[in-house]
Order: sequence, then C-alpha cells, then structure tokens
Amino acid sequence: MTQIKFENVVKIYKFGDHELKVLDNISISIEKGEFVCIMGPSGSGKSTFMNIVGCLDTPTSGKYFFEGVDVSTFGLDELAEIRNKKIGFVFQQFNLLPRATALENVELPLIYAGISAKERKEKALETLSWVGLKEKANVYPRQLSGGQQQRVAIARALVNNPAIILADEPTGNLDSKSSMEIMEIFKRLNEEQGLTTIIVTHEPDIASFGRRQIRFLDGKILSDTKT
Amino acid sequence: MIAISSIINIALRSLIANAMRSFLAILGIIIGVGAVVTMVAIGTGASEKISNQISSIGSNLILILPGATTQGGIRMGHGTIQTLTMADSEAIARECSAVVAVAPVISGTAQVVFGNQNWSTAVMGTTPEMVTVREWELISGRFITEQDVRSGTKVAVIGQTVAEKLFGDLDPVGKLIRIKKIPFEVIGVLDKKGQTLTGQDQDDIIYVPITTSQRTLFGNILPGRVRLIYAKAASLEAIPTATEQIKTLLRQRHRIGPNQEDDFTVMDLTQMLKAAEESTRTMSILLGAIASVSLIVGGIGIMNIMLVSVTERTREIGIRMAVGAKPGDIRLQFLIEAVFLTTIGGIFGLLLGIGTSLIVSSIMQWPVSISPIAAIIAFGFSAFVGIFFGFYPAYKASILNPIEALRYE
Ligand SMILES: Nc1ncnc2c1ncn2[C@@H]1O[C@H](COP(=O)(O)OP(=O)(O)O)[C@@H](O)[C@H]1O
Ligand SMILES: [Mg+2]
Repeated sequence: MTQIKFENVVKIYKFGDHELKVLDNISISIEKGEFVCIMGPSGSGKSTFMNIVGCLDTPTSGKYFFEGVDVSTFGLDELAEIRNKKIGFVFQQFNLLPRATALENVELPLIYAGISAKERKEKALETLSWVGLKEKANVYPRQLSGGQQQRVAIARALVNNPAIILADEPTGNLDSKSSMEIMEIFKRLNEEQGLTTIIVTHEPDIASFGRRQIRFLDGKILSDTKT
Repeated sequence: MIAISSIINIALRSLIANAMRSFLAILGIIIGVGAVVTMVAIGTGASEKISNQISSIGSNLILILPGATTQGGIRMGHGTIQTLTMADSEAIARECSAVVAVAPVISGTAQVVFGNQNWSTAVMGTTPEMVTVREWELISGRFITEQDVRSGTKVAVIGQTVAEKLFGDLDPVGKLIRIKKIPFEVIGVLDKKGQTLTGQDQDDIIYVPITTSQRTLFGNILPGRVRLIYAKAASLEAIPTATEQIKTLLRQRHRIGPNQEDDFTVMDLTQMLKAAEESTRTMSILLGAIASVSLIVGGIGIMNIMLVSVTERTREIGIRMAVGAKPGDIRLQFLIEAVFLTTIGGIFGLLLGIGTSLIVSSIMQWPVSISPIAAIIAFGFSAFVGIFFGFYPAYKASILNPIEALRYE
C-alpha cells in the first residue's frame, strides 16, 4: 500500500517580492513499512518536506496523498486530526513541555484525542516502558539526559498508534552512543511493528539504518536508492 | 474532541506555575469588583435607610407650620409666630377631601420624673388622630381618646426611650409620672420607631391630650393656637392635591390677599424623602458605574498579561499543535485561563468589597447593604470581562502557524 504520495509538490516562501522555491516539483511515493533516510545539505528542503509529510505544513501547489486521500486541500482541524491519529513526529530539539513530567508529555496527544484520564495514563506508561523509561515517568525533562528526553519524545510520538513516524535529525543533539540507542529504537519499531519510518540525518552511519536513501539538493530529489 | 476537564487542568497548571504574575494580573479585577461591590453596598444602604425613614415617619405625611418659609428673602424660624389654630386643624379635617387624618400639636420640652428617675423630653399635646397620621402602633395600653381631649385629663402615652429611662424593666402602664411637677397617669407605651435621618430619636417623646398641654404645661401658647399640624394625605398621588387644598383653605381662613405671602408653611415630608431616596439611588448607580470603569481597566490588564503569556508560550503552543491540538483547543485553553483569572479575581474582589463595606459601615456609621444580586452581577461581569478581554489573546494563540511556533526561541 502506498502510504505517502507527492505529485509535483512545490513549496514557495515569499519575502516581499522575492520568492524562494524550497521544494521544486517533488514527486515521490513511499510504501507502508518502508524505512527511509533523507539526506542533503543544510537548506536543501528536507525539513520542509518532512513538515508537509507530517501535515504541519501544506504545499504551495501540487498534491499530497496520505493513504490515498488528498490532504493538500485539508483545513486546519482536519490536519490536526491527522497529526494526532496518524503521525508521530520526533524533533531534533525534543520539544517536550518543560513543566510537564515525562508521563504527562507522553499523554499529550491522547488529551487531544479525547481519551479519558485513566486510559491515558495506562497507555502513556506502557509506551514509556517500551522505550525503557518507566522509572522516569514522574521526572521532569530537565532532569533527563538528552538521549532520555529523545526517548520520551519517541514515546509521545508512538502513544496514539500512528501509521508513520517522522524524525527530523533526531540524533542531531545527541552523542554517538545515545544516537545509536535511538536508532535501535526506530529500527525495532520498523521491524517489529512495520511502522513506516522517515528519518532526516546528516550522518552516513545513521543513514545506513534505512533501506532507502533519498538525497535532496536545492529543493529537488538528487537521488533515490534502495539498499 | 478534547475533554473540558483536561483543558481546565492545563489552564490551572499554567496559572499556578506563574502564580505571582497571575496574582498581579487579577489585582485590577480584585480592585474593580471590590470597588463595585462597596459602592453599590454604600449606595443601597443609604437609600434603604431613607426608605425606612419614609415608613417610620408615616407615609403621605404633610406638615403645616406657622410662619412663612421666607419673608423678604430671610428664612424665619417656624413656630415663632402663632398663626395656626385648633379651628384651622378642624377645618382641614372637615374640608380637605384629599386629607384623611389631621392631628394638631402643642409641644415643648419638659422635665419628667418617675420615682427618683428624671428625664428631659419632648412633650406633645395632640389628638387621637396622631396614631393614624404617624402610623404608630402601641405595644401596651391605649392612646389618647376624644374623651381625654374633651375633658383635658392628665394622661400620657410614652415612647420607648422615655419608658426605658424612667421605668427600666417595669411596666409603665398605670404608673404616675410628673411632667413639670404635675402628675400624669401613663396609659400607653408606643412601639419603637428609631432615629430620623438627622439622628433625632423619635422614641424620646411623650404624648398628652392637646387640651391638657395647653392648659397645664405650655401656658405660653395662646388658647386655641397650635404649634404645628400633621396631616395625612389619602395616598402618595393625593399629596399634591392635599397640599393645594390645605394652602387654599388656610389662605382663605387667614384672609390673605392675592399679593400677600402665606403666614404658614406646608411641607411634604414624603416627597422630600422620596427625592432624597431617588438622588441616593442615582448616586449609587453613578458610583457603581465609576467603579465599573476600574473593572474594565482590570480587564485590559488581563488582556495584557494573556498576550505576554501567549508570546512566551509560543513554543508550547507549537508542541501542542504538532501532537494534534486544533486551533479551537488552543483558543479554549487560553480563554479558560483568562476566565479563571477573572473569576478568581471576582471572588477575591467580592471578599474585598464585603470587607470594605463592613469597615465603612462600622467606622463611618454609614448603613451598608450587600445585596446578593449586586454581588452576582459583579461576579458575572468579571467572568464576562475574562471572556471579552481573553478572546483576542486566545484567538492570536490559535492562529499561530505550528512550524513557526515550534521554531520560536
Ligand atoms: N518558514 C520559513 N520561511 C521562510 N523561509 C523558510 C522557512 N522555512 C524554511 N525556509 C527556508 O527554506 C529553505 C529550506 O529549509 P529547510 O527545509 O529547513 O532545509 P533543511 O531542513 O534541509 O536544512 C532554507 O533556505 C530556509 O531558510
Ligand atoms: Mg532541517
């Protein structure tokens, strides 16, 4: 099944009368269960691509089919709904709420899914255990190491059983040991649960985890290889 | 759809996390609501006191005093000239259709003695109609009768204050007191009326038959003359007619020419008090309105704080949106925060207002009345201020672009 399909997607940012074409006519398909790594120099449009895939942003033109549905015409509420139910996003800066505990951070998507407090807690705890942080449930983010914070963020991305997981330079702020631990988690997820995984990275050894590598350059796909 | 309880929880937590700022934000609301409650309490208290006055003096009361109100522009003391007579009083009762009862008075101050107690009080000679005119009940005994007036018996009906001063716990009815050394039998005790607006004790009084007072107590008053006349109009609406009828009748009886001034004054007490009541009510509305301005200023304070809060928490908003918060969820969260702030401010303001009102009433001896309705209005208004002034910041938060919000440092 085709999970993600871009048809001539263009993203343009305007600064006054100056235009910047960040994504230049991208057409690509990603199947369910694929493990894709995205590489390319800084400013080549990787994050913009990820944001559109993750329904945080919409294309300027072109079509984006998510599980066969054209979401490029969706409104803000419908996009929020997809982000909540179908997409798990992991960021380079972790993006945890500093005043919420690890458990509460993991619960966050479930709050917006309208799930009861009791069920939220159970699910969040279960997911935290899965990333190996059960004993840190009531700890605040600043008391955790970078690797641990990223694992909380992954638990948050997973808690509502998404169809795809998107990670934009998830190891960019981590040492190599933590990076490997994080990548092992993504690998396990992909292999055990068949979750479609797309990871942006600069590092070739991280990229080698993927079974498909896509290279961006100046808003275009330079190469697309499967290993 | 996100559960309201979760949103309330989120809102509460962020308010607690910024406790000091939250407090400063609601200070304006506290002062605003406090001011409204206090002002309305003071105003309502004053107008309630006046309404009590109206009913305690006796409704639809008209006073007729000897002497003109002004003479050549100079106000003359009433009662210095004895122009009113018993016959005038009887004529008013007989001929003025809008008047239902008339009671003439011959009065003065006198020393009153019972046993070894003595007391100086106002002694008023009057007729049986007095109880009707002043709507005054007796708590024991009886009032002066026609018979008493006709034969000039030495009987007295005493007010509560006189009863307390002379008799303490004793039952005064049947006892003998001496007024200006002349023995009088106490035949009745009047119910308590309290103070007048000017602080005069209405219960510090003794009524005796008008004939007796003229003959034995206040001989300086010419026979047949009276100090003043009380008249009671048939209704509030009949007061102007009654006043006109009395004036016409007295001018005729006193043979006052068309270009001459009245030698008497007709005072409409009810009307005066009504006017006073009206003006205090207007005053209290005005004070409340002025105080409401401070509530609006408080609301602007809330808006300011909420705008700062939205800016500071841009990243948090981005995170929430990234995991699936809809614009409406974000809007509701900030709106509830604002309403929470103002409602808490409203509660504290209410307490402040009640406290201030009580202090004002005890220190300044000013009557206050904290009406539940005013409290509810002030409270509801503060919640409304929260919604009104919280809406714009909440709206701003809800239209943030998730990507830009996430990138915000
Ligand atoms: N919101 C934005 N407004 C304006 N320009 C942007 C915005 N987001 C990204 N860009 C620009 O688009 C280009 C691609 O950015 P991005 O997708 O973040 O690249 P990458 O993730 O590959 O480094 C960059 O030149 C960046 O400055
Ligand atoms: Mg990037």
